[in-house]
Amino acid sequence: MKLLKLVPDNTNIGFLKWRKIAFGISILLMVASIALVATRGLNFGVDFIGGQMVRTTFVGEQSAPVEELRESIGQLGYGEPTIQRFGAENQVSIRMKLPEGADKNPELANEMAEKIIAKVKEDHPKVRIDGVDSVSGKVSSELFEKGLFALIAAALGIAAYIWIRFEWQFGVGAIWALIHDVTLTFGLFSLTQMEFDLNTIAALLTIIGYSLNDTIVIYDRIRENLMKYRKMDMPALLDLSVNETLSRTVMTSLTILTPLVVLVLFGPDVIFGFSVAMAFGIFVGSYSTVYQSAAFLIWFGVSSDSFVPAEKIADGKVERLNEGTV
Amino acid sequence: MLDFPRWRVVMLNALIVLSILVAIPSFLPKAWLDRIPDGVPKETISLGLDLAGGSHILLEADTAQLARDRLESLEDSVRTAMRRAEPRISIDNVSRTGGKLSFVVPDSAQIDAAREALLPITANSTGGRDWTIEVTDGNRITLSPSGTGNTTVLDQAMNSAKDVIDRRINALGTLEPTIIRQGADRIVVQVPGLQDPQALKDLIGKTAKLEFKLVDEGADPEQTAQGKARVGSQVLPYPDNPTGIPYIAVRRLGGIAGDRLTGAQQSFDSQDNQPVVNIQFDGEGGQRFARMTQQNTGKLFAIILDGQVISAPRINEPILGGSSQISGSFTVESANQLAIALNSGALPVDLKVVEERSVGPDLGADSIKSGVLAALIGTAGVLLWMVLSYGRFGVYASFALIINVAMILAVMGLFNATLTLPGIAGFVLTIGAAVDANVLINERIREERRKGRRVIQALENGYKEASRAIFDANITNVIAAVLLFIFGSGPIRGFAVVLMIGIVTSVFTAVTLTRMWVAGWVKRARPQDLNI
Repeated sequence: MKLLKLVPDNTNIGFLKWRKIAFGISILLMVASIALVATRGLNFGVDFIGGQMVRTTFVGEQSAPVEELRESIGQLGYGEPTIQRFGAENQVSIRMKLPEGADKNPELANEMAEKIIAKVKEDHPKVRIDGVDSVSGKVSSELFEKGLFALIAAALGIAAYIWIRFEWQFGVGAIWALIHDVTLTFGLFSLTQMEFDLNTIAALLTIIGYSLNDTIVIYDRIRENLMKYRKMDMPALLDLSVNETLSRTVMTSLTILTPLVVLVLFGPDVIFGFSVAMAFGIFVGSYSTVYQSAAFLIWFGVSSDSFVPAEKIADGKVERLNEGTV
Repeated sequence: MLDFPRWRVVMLNALIVLSILVAIPSFLPKAWLDRIPDGVPKETISLGLDLAGGSHILLEADTAQLARDRLESLEDSVRTAMRRAEPRISIDNVSRTGGKLSFVVPDSAQIDAAREALLPITANSTGGRDWTIEVTDGNRITLSPSGTGNTTVLDQAMNSAKDVIDRRINALGTLEPTIIRQGADRIVVQVPGLQDPQALKDLIGKTAKLEFKLVDEGADPEQTAQGKARVGSQVLPYPDNPTGIPYIAVRRLGGIAGDRLTGAQQSFDSQDNQPVVNIQFDGEGGQRFARMTQQNTGKLFAIILDGQVISAPRINEPILGGSSQISGSFTVESANQLAIALNSGALPVDLKVVEERSVGPDLGADSIKSGVLAALIGTAGVLLWMVLSYGRFGVYASFALIINVAMILAVMGLFNATLTLPGIAGFVLTIGAAVDANVLINERIREERRKGRRVIQALENGYKEASRAIFDANITNVIAAVLLFIFGSGPIRGFAVVLMIGIVTSVFTAVTLTRMWVAGWVKRARPQDLNI
């Protein structure tokens, strides 16, 4: 049987010669993402800003009466609801943020949900309530803090591990790639105004994990090659390492993206945003592994001496170093 | 590297068979499970509320209210203690501000006696002090709550609130609630498969604090309508007041609390057939009620539930039998709910719903359907890629993947872990990531062959060189998953659980199992070349 080879043998693409352009583009995209988040903001779900979301199915109706709902719920005096379709034509979610200065009454979010359900049921007796989420201001800010803390802790924890296993430059390079991936994902969420909620934080944490997965595989190869080819200059060595692992990078990205794309297309609507974030993050992560974490090592002056203890260099023993002593 | 002793092969195969056996119950319908005799392990994975449908309700205690109640009852006991002291100590200028109770003893000669009288009231059962006593300006006594006092009171209140909620939900019947305390002032209530979360919230959110107080019949109706009360009285809301004014004035003191009940039942009034609630007092409560009705025959008394008057009947005759009837504008359902709430006891503290997550059973079923479909298609896609790319080695990886799925399910079943919607996503992701280890190994073997290494050497190097990167990559994922579990909440934790289990099992299946199979094949077939 002839096997499929996505990357031909002995591929040698000069990835690193584009590193300055790629770096420029990345910086540009990151700045654009930050600007987007600053101006357009993120479409935070009730998890993080407090409020309520009711999922409704208008049983026996062709489509949900969106305009009528906007009108009747707007009259309840909490403000303008956000009404979005999910799943079938007759299924909508009705979202309402907490009004300003709602800290006084911790039960307001829940009261809003109750009033909205009562109103919808009054006008449409056959409506089916599929789900209720109500989160008070205090709980939502706790969830937000916890989520943010988890992101930062994960980033630092993983970077520390890479630092221990490799060298500090590798740790910084990995953190940089991670900031890159997360920033761009934030940018995507701001651009598309997809709902940013607890699930998105889970997606981001997973992106961090798997983006680093990639980074580690390449770093491992770089370390190996640094010790093997002691005279090779850094860009060439990085190119070699990237090319050697390229077929694995492509294959793994494909195997991870395959189920994710399936989740985006056929998965539950409730976790649509989660799946999109994940697929995007894995894609960006593969790119950043080559152009951010690997390229970073050049700027940080990593060389073949980085893995040789200083006293050995002084003793003149380094030349005898070979694969066997790893 | 490729040397596998016989005992290891036997052990690994036994482990595979075992995990498949343990995983099976999770796929069986419930009726089948019931027929399996006890003793045979048949743990199944439980479905999270977002898949099974149900309600998650987070309740938070109104600590300010608790402190106010505490201060109020302190004032009552201080007044009683001063009145009963020999000789009677008169106090003046009583104020409750800033969480402290302060009053003036005009006769400064009585200060020491007053202090003495306060000692038993302010001490707690463990010998510590719930309130600190302070004398300023010669004759002003200030009682401020001690730090431990407030926390113990809150802790006790939360514990008994949890019990009360437990009794109330149990009164509803067949539900299987999970009720746990969270932090200092919160309680989580999770009820799977609930059709009407509103009824549940109505029931558990009701404090059900019942009080009987005399109506201040001399109050000026106009003042009352404006919410102003005379000294010694207070104005309470009375939505069903026949006079049309939704307020009524009641005497502050001389009432009795409704915490001395032995029972409450929904019933019908014998005269107008309206739904009512019958209540029975315990011995002491009955005596107090008898005394109150004896001394005030002919007067109006207010029945107060959670600070709101529900009715204010006239005491026609002393009620001596220790039982009474609460009337009001009840429906059968609301009377029944009140009876349940009274039976389970009053909540010692007001609880507010600060978070609710309810999922209807239909949405949950939809999520399972599309989640499982996505998982199946995703797995099939990954398997196809692997077999197309690595041939025999792809087939090994595929079997390893299938066993991995069984093992994840088995471990989740053993620990009774909960599968949530993000958990399904975690599953799908684990499937994709699990084969990464095989990709790493297989690519390495390819590389080694290209470099001209002999078959055995290439296989050995492939497994050895790849395992370093596999190990590091999995450790970082474990770090992310653990943090996700620690800081995540609800369904997200379900995701983290699947991820963590998946990482551990995938290293086992993708590395150890495939190596065993490869070793077996090499021994049997002695291949001269590898098609990889």
